Formats: sequence, structure tokens, C-alpha cells
Amino acid sequence: MQLVLQIVANGLLIGGLYALLAVGLTLIFGVLRVVNFAHAEFMMLGMYGAYWLWSIYGLDPYVSVFLITPVVFLLGVAVDRLVVQRSIGKPDVTVVFATLGLSILLQNAALTLWRADIRSVSTFATGSVFVVGGVRLSVAMTVSFAAALLFALGLWFFLTRTMYGKAIQAVAQNRRAAALMGIDVKRVYLFTYSVAVAAAGAMGVLVAPIFTIFPRVGQTHIVTIFVIVVLGGLGSVPGAVVAALLVGIIRAGAGFLIGTAWGELAYFAVFLLVLIVRPQGFFGRRGAEVYGG
Amino acid sequence: MSRSSRSIWGNPLSLLEVTKLGVSYGDMIALHEVSVSVEEGEAVTVLGANAAGKTTLLRAISGLVPAREGTILFDGKPMDGVPAHERVERGLVQVPEGRLVFPFLSVEDNLMLGAFTRRARARLKSSLERVYAMFPRLPERRAQLAGSLSGGEQQMLALGRGLMALPRLLMLDEPSLGLAPLLVQEVMNRVARIRFEGVTVLIVEQNVKQTLKFVDRGYVLENGWLALSGSAKELGASDQVRRAYLGM
Repeated sequence: MQLVLQIVANGLLIGGLYALLAVGLTLIFGVLRVVNFAHAEFMMLGMYGAYWLWSIYGLDPYVSVFLITPVVFLLGVAVDRLVVQRSIGKPDVTVVFATLGLSILLQNAALTLWRADIRSVSTFATGSVFVVGGVRLSVAMTVSFAAALLFALGLWFFLTRTMYGKAIQAVAQNRRAAALMGIDVKRVYLFTYSVAVAAAGAMGVLVAPIFTIFPRVGQTHIVTIFVIVVLGGLGSVPGAVVAALLVGIIRAGAGFLIGTAWGELAYFAVFLLVLIVRPQGFFGRRGAEVYGG
Repeated sequence: MSRSSRSIWGNPLSLLEVTKLGVSYGDMIALHEVSVSVEEGEAVTVLGANAAGKTTLLRAISGLVPAREGTILFDGKPMDGVPAHERVERGLVQVPEGRLVFPFLSVEDNLMLGAFTRRARARLKSSLERVYAMFPRLPERRAQLAGSLSGGEQQMLALGRGLMALPRLLMLDEPSLGLAPLLVQEVMNRVARIRFEGVTVLIVEQNVKQTLKFVDRGYVLENGWLALSGSAKELGASDQVRRAYLGM
């Protein structure tokens, strides 16, 4: 029993990290109708930001996250203006190549600037655990898990309770009608993209004490994130959270029961099964991915 | 009298003044040198067969498609370069063809988004009361998702949402399209009532006979060209209109 709890806890914690990335990715898709292949690269940039501020100024990631997140937000503003919005309204492949190209560009920029060396950040949180009811929890993982859930809850509250949040939903559901309400659709795109990639950057900072840092680190996670987004239902924020936690648990469970390498196989198997039974994902609305004119 | 409805020459300047407007989609020219005007307080209709350019005209006025040539003056100010959302802020409001309600938002959220502009938001509460009084079905369904409403109810919602924006000019694109005959009558009655409450209206509508009853003037578009214009009475008596649109 203790063991089961431990596995579930491990799975939930890792799932929480995925959630922070998946929520942003699903939001960008839902609102902009853009698949942001470069999403995990913003996490990578957040990790390097944490590394440099830690190694040069000795700043703890839990402090530097408040500096790095706004910087990644501004980077998101620039990328949205220069790359993403120029490709919207063009053929679908244009958008794919634009964000895929951006992903490759950012990876190689990191490779050129910071080399392929594997780096890591160690803080008081690295390797420290606390015990709750016999379950050992990593401090760093728990902090990032809490941050992820807070972000998802805050975002959900914003989207469903505020006028601007509802305007974002309106753009997701029909951009032409939204423009006729007096909503500045381009500004909604800009805001959505920047918030989503800033969340990815924040997640990068928070996981810097946990994962090793290298230019292609984003690529090791992005496929999992895509599985989560589709599993939760394209464009659904609560769906992304639920799917992220579920994938975390399945991965941890299969990893323990069968072997680490099987973790990935297990969640992909579940993914395919769900797609057969419910192609729109847990919270997806059938046809919602083509809504929006 | 509106503060800006007279030019320096003393001539009355229309609320909306479209001059020699040309619009094209790629190589296809949809509108040729179309000139249309609407005075404050007036109701004007645009008639024409399918693909005559009626919807394109409204879209160009709203800023959803760019004008290739010609000018659009609203309240005396040129609209070129003014984005669609900014035109709504100035009171140029459109209820689009096909209603386009936000299906996964509640009825009330849809209405509130109608008052998204700064100008309209200031009076959101009173507008909402007014719209609910005008369309009694809407308050009954305020918490329901808009996508779950019937076609007629969605059209009422779209009209209400348009009124929430406090339009200085309300453009209606085929409000009765796709509705059952009984509902067509109901929607047309509401549109007539909106017009008689003093809202300036520019309407595109297939039900020409009923539309001509409450508008002041009208234009007829044919293949993207302006074919005819005149008072509602003149159009109703015109052989061309009677044959093509009234089935007589």
C-alpha cells in the first residue's frame, strides 16, 4: 500500500510538471489554432536562465523564476509578432514550418551559445525530501507541482470569470464574430502566446534543480506533452491538467512494475486506446478543433 | 441632431458614406464602384440575388475584408486603416450572417461580450436589462450554452448581442436566414421593432416584402454593381424588384 502511494505520488509530481507545459500548448492551439512546436524550447531557455543566474550570481531558482518568467513573456511577445502572427491565415504547413523552424533555431542558438555540455543547478532543494505518511516527496518536485496547479487554477479562473478571459474564449470559438464584438483578436493572440510560453519558461526554471540542462532537453519532453494535449482534448485547459496527471501516474506505475523503459510504452498504449474510444480526448468537444472560422 | 452630421459646407453629411467601393477576393472582383449612404435614424436595405455582393459590402464596412478602392466614411471619418474592432468601438456594429454566437459560452456571457468595447461596457447593466426585456426568451436561458439554443433563439441572441454594443449603425446580414417560416415572422417583427426604437439600421435580407415595410430606402446590387436605388415605396413598385425579389 505504501508502495502504491509512493508510485502515485511520484507520478502526480511529474505529471504536474507536464501540466504546466501542456496547459500552455493546448491554450495556444485552442485560441490561435497554431501548433507550437517550439513550446518546449521556452522551457529549455528558462532552464538556462536559471543555470546562468545561479552559476554567475548565485541566485536560487526560486528567486530567479520571478526575473526569468517576465523575460520569457517578452520573448514570447517578440516571437508572436515576428513569427507566429505572420504565419496565421497562411496555409497550415506555413504555421507548422514556422514553429518547427523556430524550435530548431532556438535549439541551435543554445548549442552555439552554451555548447552541448550537460549542466545542472543544485540548490538546497536538490535531493532533499520530506516525508508525509510514509511517502517520500522531493521538495523541488513538490514546489514545481504546486506552482503548476496554481497556474492552471489561476488561468482557469481568469478564462471563465473575467471579461478579458471570456473574450479569449470567444476568439477561440469564432474569431470573426469576436472581431465584430470589438475584440482586438491580434492582441488576444499576442497575450495568449506570451502567457503560455512564459509558463513554459517558468517551468524550466522550476525544474532546473531536478533535470539536467542541455540544448535539446525540450525534445525529450515535447512528445509526451503532445500526447497529453490530445488526450485531454485539444484546447481544453482542465483536460490538459487531468491528462498530465494521468500520464504521470501511468508512466511511474509501469516504470516501477515492468521497467523504466516501459513507462513510455504504457502511456502511449493508453493514449491509442483512448483515441479509439474517444477521439476528441477526455474534455474535448467533437469538432471543436475545426471551430473558429 | 448628431454633433458631427454637418460638414463645413453646411451640407448634411451621412452617418455612413460609402463611395465607389471596390472589393476583390484574389482575382475575383466582388464589388465594383458601389456607393451607399445611410443617414442617422434611417433604415436602409440592400437587395440582391445570392453572390451579388451584399455580404461583401457589409464585411468591407465592418473592416473584415479590405477595400481595394473607394472610401468608407463613418461619422465623417475615413475608415481605411481602422481595424475591425476599432470600428465597433466607434459604433459601427454588425450582426453577421449565420448568427455566429459563441457556442460554448452561456447566453449571458454572449450578451456581455456584445458590450466588450469601452463605450458599451460603461452601460452594460442597463443594456442587459433592455435586451432581456426585448427578448424575453433570453433571460429564461441565460445560463444555457448558446450552442444549445434553437436557430430562432440563436438569432434573437445575435440581435441582442448586437444591441449590447450600443450601435450607432446596426448592420444586419440575413437575420432570417435558415429559420422556419413562423420564426422568420418573429425575427422580422423584432428587427422592425429595433428600427422603430430609433436604431439606425442597414439590413440585407431575403424577405424583401417584409423588409420594405419598415425601411426608408434601399439599394439593389447585381453581380457586384449597384443596379438600382430608391425609396422603399419606389422599390416596391419597381417592375425589376417585383419580378426578381417579390416573385410577382
